[in-house]
Amino acid sequence: MTRLKSPAALERARKQILSQRDSQRPCVAICTGTGCQSYGCNKVYTAFVNELANTGLQGKVDIRQTGCPGFCERGTIVVITPEEICYLRVKPEDVPEIVSTTLVGKRLVDRLLYEDSNGKKIAYEGDIPFYKRQMRIVLGNNRLLDPKSIDDYIALGGYSALAKALFKMSPEQVLEEVKRANLRGRGGGGFPAGTKWETTRNAPGTTKYVIVNADEGDPGAFMDRALLEGNPHCILEGLIIGAYAIGSHEGYVYVRQEYPMATENVSIAIGQAREYGLLGKGILGSGFNFDVTVHRGAGAFVSGESSALMTALEGMVGEPRPKYIHTAVSGVRGQPSNLNNVETWANVPLIVNKGSKWFTSIGTAGSKGTKIFALVGKVNNTGLVEVPMGMTLREIIYDIGGGLRQGKKFKAVQTGGPSGGCIPESLLDLPVDFDELTKVGSMMGSGGMIVMDEDNCMVDIARYFTSFLGDESCGKCVSCRVGIGQMIKILDRICQGKGQRGDIELLEELCEVVRDVSLCALGKTAPNPVLSTIRYFRDEYEAHIEQKRCPAGVCKALVSYYIKPDKCQGCQICLRDCPVEAITGGKGLVHIIDQNKCTRCGTCLEVCPSRFAAVARLSGEPVPAAPPLGTKVVRQKGKQ
Amino acid sequence: METKRGKRSRPNCVSTSVSDNPELPASKVYHRQETNRQVVQEPGRTQEIVDKYGADKTDLIQILLDIQREKRWLSGDDLMYVSEKLDVPLSQVYRVATFYTAFSLIPQGRHHVLVCMGTACHVRGSPRLLDLVINALKIKPGETSLDQKFTLSTVNCLGCCALGPVLQVDSQYHGNPSAGEVKKIVAGCD
Amino acid sequence: MNKVKLNIDGKEVESEEGMTVLEAARSAGINIPTLCYHEKLAPHAACGICIVEISRGGRSRLVLSCIYNVEDGLVVKTQTPKLIKHRKMLMELMLASSPAIADLARQYGVEKPRFEDKITQCVLCGRCVRYCNEVKKANAITFVGRGINRRVAFVDEAVSKGVCMDCRECFGLCPTGKIPRETDSACFDGLTIQDILFDKKGK
Repeated sequence: MTRLKSPAALERARKQILSQRDSQRPCVAICTGTGCQSYGCNKVYTAFVNELANTGLQGKVDIRQTGCPGFCERGTIVVITPEEICYLRVKPEDVPEIVSTTLVGKRLVDRLLYEDSNGKKIAYEGDIPFYKRQMRIVLGNNRLLDPKSIDDYIALGGYSALAKALFKMSPEQVLEEVKRANLRGRGGGGFPAGTKWETTRNAPGTTKYVIVNADEGDPGAFMDRALLEGNPHCILEGLIIGAYAIGSHEGYVYVRQEYPMATENVSIAIGQAREYGLLGKGILGSGFNFDVTVHRGAGAFVSGESSALMTALEGMVGEPRPKYIHTAVSGVRGQPSNLNNVETWANVPLIVNKGSKWFTSIGTAGSKGTKIFALVGKVNNTGLVEVPMGMTLREIIYDIGGGLRQGKKFKAVQTGGPSGGCIPESLLDLPVDFDELTKVGSMMGSGGMIVMDEDNCMVDIARYFTSFLGDESCGKCVSCRVGIGQMIKILDRICQGKGQRGDIELLEELCEVVRDVSLCALGKTAPNPVLSTIRYFRDEYEAHIEQKRCPAGVCKALVSYYIKPDKCQGCQICLRDCPVEAITGGKGLVHIIDQNKCTRCGTCLEVCPSRFAAVARLSGEPVPAAPPLGTKVVRQKGKQ
Repeated sequence: METKRGKRSRPNCVSTSVSDNPELPASKVYHRQETNRQVVQEPGRTQEIVDKYGADKTDLIQILLDIQREKRWLSGDDLMYVSEKLDVPLSQVYRVATFYTAFSLIPQGRHHVLVCMGTACHVRGSPRLLDLVINALKIKPGETSLDQKFTLSTVNCLGCCALGPVLQVDSQYHGNPSAGEVKKIVAGCD
Repeated sequence: MNKVKLNIDGKEVESEEGMTVLEAARSAGINIPTLCYHEKLAPHAACGICIVEISRGGRSRLVLSCIYNVEDGLVVKTQTPKLIKHRKMLMELMLASSPAIADLARQYGVEKPRFEDKITQCVLCGRCVRYCNEVKKANAITFVGRGINRRVAFVDEAVSKGVCMDCRECFGLCPTGKIPRETDSACFDGLTIQDILFDKKGK
């Protein structure tokens, strides 16, 4: 491939690529994101290759392995264009039928289509409720391209924003455009990107760095993974434009080591961009030089913090530095460094191409553009959801997410990862907006949105996040290390039924010190999960402490399982499945759980046939005495 | 299966007691140039890895990641070699090696089993999945089986949240496996 | 060097640009309590004891004075009820793992901590690590681990390679007295990295 030495050459290349493609020719697009990998998407791909060869269709039908479109619950996802027929949960054995029925016969394979709650089948991607309400300006291209193909990206208009920035705009004009767009950081802080760019640009020094933060450490968030794996070139394009605006010639992509595919795809993309003259010396024939290195993380959540990441880039331990000196002024090796999240960079080409006026037409007064959320947990349609800022939580969870699984009752939605908080049902009509979420004790964060139902214990959730932070804290500050350490001990005690009156107040006291004295954002926001659950779910804390009761039935030490003698049918299923052999009984005899042996794993409740419903989970009340051994069951009439 | 722990299994560590090492002079205080302990001459793959990065000290973490991936642990010898070649104090190398969870200072098993404990997986019952895996492997998180077949770790979010709770064995992800499936997956590892 | 004027506890203090609030206070004879701070070492900002309240232009916040640079017009308060409460809590947290600082804790009004912790007798002030690295440049001792498992450890190889010069200057810096109490000349038994690794359950 020849180097592209001018915007005209880029445009010529784009036309040439398009001329070799027939947009009306059927194409089978198979998602190859990490999620679908676990569903065996590679076998689906091979099955298509073979079947098309066997039926003589190869050459008449294209196959493309694409980036993650986000509907991860239903992988492996196959979309057939140009009709945009969307097949879900495709297995290799389904492939021959898809080929013969749809590609040849032009009919749909009903059983692979999306089915809504009324049983209606929906064939086309754009009609599926999960996608319909979304605004996929950033994520949308994932499904249209092969992340390992720069030609696919160029065919979609890729790098045209870069050409426009380099040749039609000055660095200051690019900076102004991003400032006017009010693009706020998508990694959690929500800090205006344009302001940060400007500080870096104006800071003294000729060596400046730009960095992509792909250390996505918030548990439950995978937006950046999908973007970096699925469309690495759009992030590179944003980065190069940013470097131009700031006056930087050297960049880094810091990827967490738990994302090997993202590391691989972005490395391939960098190699391709260099070949095409889109990275390196004299980009697109302009006088602008810029190159980028990939740096892997090594498993530390705290190293995703801006100043910690920069220290890690220098080969040292990724501990945060005090924020009194901004990294935009003194960052990597003491040089001005501008760090932004993957999603933030991905928005830049859009802003350059379509303008800040277009961008600000989307969203709310304080939060412009869209945000990608990882909608996970107890919701029906889990996956990546891109919506305009200002859409309410209720719309996201119910209209896009399809509501709660198994008809359970909504309890809370957690946003902002370990720095965020839990939002109760009464606040579901809150719009997603940086400032609105912060007002209620949570935050936007990087985009994790975890839905919880009546079976989740909020004290357990607070304990979970606090334990996470205890491991992930760098450990320098006494307030953070020991403060969080003691909060964990108190929460453990409460969940084990050893809570004491005054524990809630002690937790609140500790929270204050941790928040006020700790130096970095990890410590400063560590109290949020505890404080927000105390604020909205104090009754659960009090139940654990005063009544030794876990309302959700989660905390093992506060829960007991009991087989109701009048319901048990003596089928022996629970007896066989109990991992510690704590159940005695026989065919036709009432089964009895030995409370001393029972480990409260909940298997018996899970496996007892629903028509019997003989197992009860009790909390905060004494377990009734067991019937005598050898008691016969009471046969349920007509329920065999 | 017992776990590999305890003072018996200190691998490749230079003796802590002065008198144990016959090569060294008897006096307790040393200066670096007087010791006749050589840097390991034939470090093999470690040397290749260090050379690939041009022995640049800012690549310390990248170098250690590559060694960990190849050898499944970071031995004392490897850490000393890296310290010498990169001109980074040994204590600093140890600091990095113990800060990040990707590194292990004891040899890990041939198969790395990870249970995701991220929030989405937690909410969907990962503690119970972890119990099933502990039962199947008979080791606890952070431990390696004595036959060096398995190492079990927990990880805070693999990014496959829609599949949760997730079990990763080597490079394969398994979403919400049942007790029987866990046993089958474990048995399938050679 | 530009002069910077600030107000500490009602007193007008003149200092130089580049000084920290702590240094400026000390130069004016105002005592801000510290623990991990040491004049010969770069500030570590780990203990939090030097916390002060600053305000400028109507907005106030809490910062660590050992690392916060002076600014013209800054108003600093070193002894508000909240600061006293926070310092007391910090001492209480440290006392839980280090009964050896009981006398010091008493000065902050802490008699018995409300918390329990593993007794390590180390508050991770880092003075030993910083001294050995920054002043002696021997690099024989370092932090290992992370979060609640962070510890101070000597490198085993420090002994045989002669990296530790047995100068024992770290002995006097240790606020809890752990180093002089638990080490035995150059062997540092019980405080090496291998000891910590294999003492812990798993990793």
